[in-house]
Amino acid sequence: MSDPGRHPDRAGLPDGGRPMARYIRRAWGFCALLLAALLLNAARVQVVQSRVYDANPANRRAAIARYGQPRGDILVGGEPVTGSNDTGEQLRYERAYRNGPLYAPVTGFASQLYGTTFLEHAADGVLSGTDPLLAPLPLWQDMTRRPSPAGNVVTTLNRTAQEAAYRGLAGRKGAVAAIEPATGRVLALVSSPSYDPGQLSGNGEAVTSAWERLSHDPEKPMLNRAVRQTYPPGSTFKVVTAAAALDAGVVTDLDADTDSPDPYRLPGTTTRLTNEADGCENASLRAAFEWSCNTVFAKLGVDVGARDMVAMAQAFGFNDAGVRIPFGVAPSTFDPRVDRAQLALSSIGQYNTRATPLQMAMVAAAVADGGLLHSPYLVERTTGHSGEILSGNGAHPARQVMSPPTARRLRELMAGVVQEGTGTRAAIPGALVGGKTGTAQHGVGNSGVPYAWFVSWAQADNTLEPQVAVAVVVEDASADRGEISGGGDAAPIARDVMRAVLGG
Amino acid sequence: MTKAGTTLAAARSPAPAVRLPRRRGFELALIVLAVLLCVYGYCAVGLARTGTVPPGALGYGAGLGGLALVAHLAVRLRAPYADPLPLPIGVLLNGLGLVLIYRLDLETPHDHAAPAQLVWSTLGIGLFTVVVLLLRDHRVLQRYAYVFGAAALVLLALPILFPAVNGARIWLRIAGFSIQPGEFAKVLLAVFFAAYLAANRNALAYTGRRLWRLQFPTGRVLGPIVTIWLLSVGVLVLERDLGTSLLFFGLFVVLLYVATGRTGWIAVGLLLAVLGADAVGRFEPHVAGRIEDWLYPFHTIDAGNGPNQLSQSLFAFAAGGVTGTGLGLGHSVLIGFAVKSDFILATAGEELGLAGLAATFLLYALLVERGFRAGLALREPFGRLLAVGLASLLALQVFVIAGGVTGLIPLTGMAMPFLAQGGSSVVTNWAIVALLIRVSDSARSQYDGREAP
Repeated sequence: MSDPGRHPDRAGLPDGGRPMARYIRRAWGFCALLLAALLLNAARVQVVQSRVYDANPANRRAAIARYGQPRGDILVGGEPVTGSNDTGEQLRYERAYRNGPLYAPVTGFASQLYGTTFLEHAADGVLSGTDPLLAPLPLWQDMTRRPSPAGNVVTTLNRTAQEAAYRGLAGRKGAVAAIEPATGRVLALVSSPSYDPGQLSGNGEAVTSAWERLSHDPEKPMLNRAVRQTYPPGSTFKVVTAAAALDAGVVTDLDADTDSPDPYRLPGTTTRLTNEADGCENASLRAAFEWSCNTVFAKLGVDVGARDMVAMAQAFGFNDAGVRIPFGVAPSTFDPRVDRAQLALSSIGQYNTRATPLQMAMVAAAVADGGLLHSPYLVERTTGHSGEILSGNGAHPARQVMSPPTARRLRELMAGVVQEGTGTRAAIPGALVGGKTGTAQHGVGNSGVPYAWFVSWAQADNTLEPQVAVAVVVEDASADRGEISGGGDAAPIARDVMRAVLGG
Repeated sequence: MTKAGTTLAAARSPAPAVRLPRRRGFELALIVLAVLLCVYGYCAVGLARTGTVPPGALGYGAGLGGLALVAHLAVRLRAPYADPLPLPIGVLLNGLGLVLIYRLDLETPHDHAAPAQLVWSTLGIGLFTVVVLLLRDHRVLQRYAYVFGAAALVLLALPILFPAVNGARIWLRIAGFSIQPGEFAKVLLAVFFAAYLAANRNALAYTGRRLWRLQFPTGRVLGPIVTIWLLSVGVLVLERDLGTSLLFFGLFVVLLYVATGRTGWIAVGLLLAVLGADAVGRFEPHVAGRIEDWLYPFHTIDAGNGPNQLSQSLFAFAAGGVTGTGLGLGHSVLIGFAVKSDFILATAGEELGLAGLAATFLLYALLVERGFRAGLALREPFGRLLAVGLASLLALQVFVIAGGVTGLIPLTGMAMPFLAQGGSSVVTNWAIVALLIRVSDSARSQYDGREAP
């Protein structure tokens, strides 16, 4: 700036013509500028960047708020199977489980370090209190920033059925899924070996070591075999093949000869398919179903054709990656791009055909319920803090998988298996039981220990509709390969589960 | 009184002095309001945490109110024309600071700072009362300017003999008390600067050579500014206290400009500051780290080492948003070390929100503005420079620490005036307010209706 002392018009001012007031004002202006810069920067941090900083994973506030109140409970048969422990630490409430291993495939875990899985994940909004439905006055809630009290999740599980399934597996590798055919309610969902999700709840040293141990355990206890593992369904898939053959009119008479050779040469190859049972040559559909003739069903599949086989499999739920109960279910597969030899193998549950235990329970349920398949679901309803219903009680979609006459004849076939075929050990006095055994070979050159399958349904004699459909898979059923069969190892477990449902 | 009498009286006294209203009642009303606000804050903390009014609320309110009343009576007695705003602002900020420290004490059960802070506040208001009562005329200070300058140097040099605390060598630990002598040195230096510049401003303004549009001083008068610059760098290097060094230097440059009106001084000052900061930034790892934190506040998070203090501070401010979480409901304690002192503003930002923070900044701005206003109203250069110096000191200090914790400038350890835990700081700030009261009393009691040039 110019020197004011050189201006003659200012020479008369005191202080030698230097107006200090002006400099004081400028100094004040400078200080005011500094304070204004502070205010602007505060607005940048608190308003503009606020959300970015709030969402920074290193910011503990979200976690503190999340664990600042007890987590909602998951209920089985009116009783909570979960709880919350007040640790008094910064992340205050930790998840607790009553009978954790039994319900682990349903609840999953809610860990302060490793997130949430299964119902804890799918219903996290309700359980943690962040679901907008829990806030009666959302705007007021936004202003006061008080979290809503958590809600509860009421499951469809049947406690005795769940316990029977868990007891039946007795720690062997395998899984059980049971559903109510008329509604799709999931009655039992068990995976074995299991683990206690409570070990993962907190955030301490013990949790990290438990996580390390569980995730590196060769038995894979955290794998939910009932919905997240697919197995070759083996002979249990013959239910689907039979449904396709009956629906397509390839077979019209259950007791007529099927005109099938034994052994059966796979079309276009020199490979010969044989049976474990005798008397399968030209066997009727009824006999072939009861004694599980591979040759008959391989040929039936080829006779039905790839298009109708795929359509029937998909109607049952195969190749559907979008099944949610509410957590996701691994898609079961039936390969639609097959030649005739592969189709023959696919039709007896081999080749690329794979299914989750839940999927096979759905197959049994559709047959039991007259061909109508109800989408399975695990959450009966969610309730708010004071018991008001937030969701649930709504209609769950159903679709007709096969014609009712086809379903009626398949019920007859499946009942025959339990009455006089491979599944007699599933019989329950006072109830009509239908089933299908399976022994699925797997591994390179079928060298692995086969999986024992049993799918079935049961209807008490004095009732109008079936009460339960169940699928059981046991991975390493027995050391001696000859002894392994769905009828031997898996059927008794299915029987206990069905009896628990019928008795309850 | 007759009409004639009136004209007569007017004719007899040609220039009646304009007597400004004293406004002590207004001051008292504001003090009552300030104390009530603080008690409300104290109760809000208790209600938010335990659902009950904390048992100490009455004692706290009575203590703060009693202290404020003593200060007010001292002003009424010895500075009746003083500006009515600085004292209530000081009471409100000090009370708010006590509330925030009490609130943070709840998170640290083994470290209670509020009682000690209350003792220091009492000492501060005591000093305020003593200064207002005993210092009848601020011009007396001019006489002892060099004594103050020397005392400031000694106070600044003292901590070098003591061990460093958290990287900075600015504390004296005596009998369990921590004292920051640098805080007291600030006021002494402001007095010294004001006196020195009032005496030498003509020499500083009129000698030197012009370069383009700037007038630069000659080598002979450059001596003092270089001395001050060396002092600042000395403080920085020996005590690793970037904030204090910045504060002294900024204060000197502002006063130099106001005294001489020479923008050349500012240019020289900025040049020296940049050179000094660059050199120190290169050679002092402590300072270099602060600069890196400022440029990349989340670099420790990206490196997987968790959030550092600055990012925790930013998180706290962000969590506050516009309206804040409410007193007692934030999580600024995550900042950890120095949450009650250097980072106290983060608690205000989180729990009172941008609204509360803006109000706090406005209080500081108002206090600073009252200082400048007193400077404008005064006639003699020492008083003007003293008022400007004290006001700038406050403004710069608020800027350095508030800018540091909000990520505007590199973070330097410094106490937020009145709010932060720290006895030396509270006592010093009360001394500053006392001097502002004294200066404004002089200014307003001499007021003749004309503004000084």
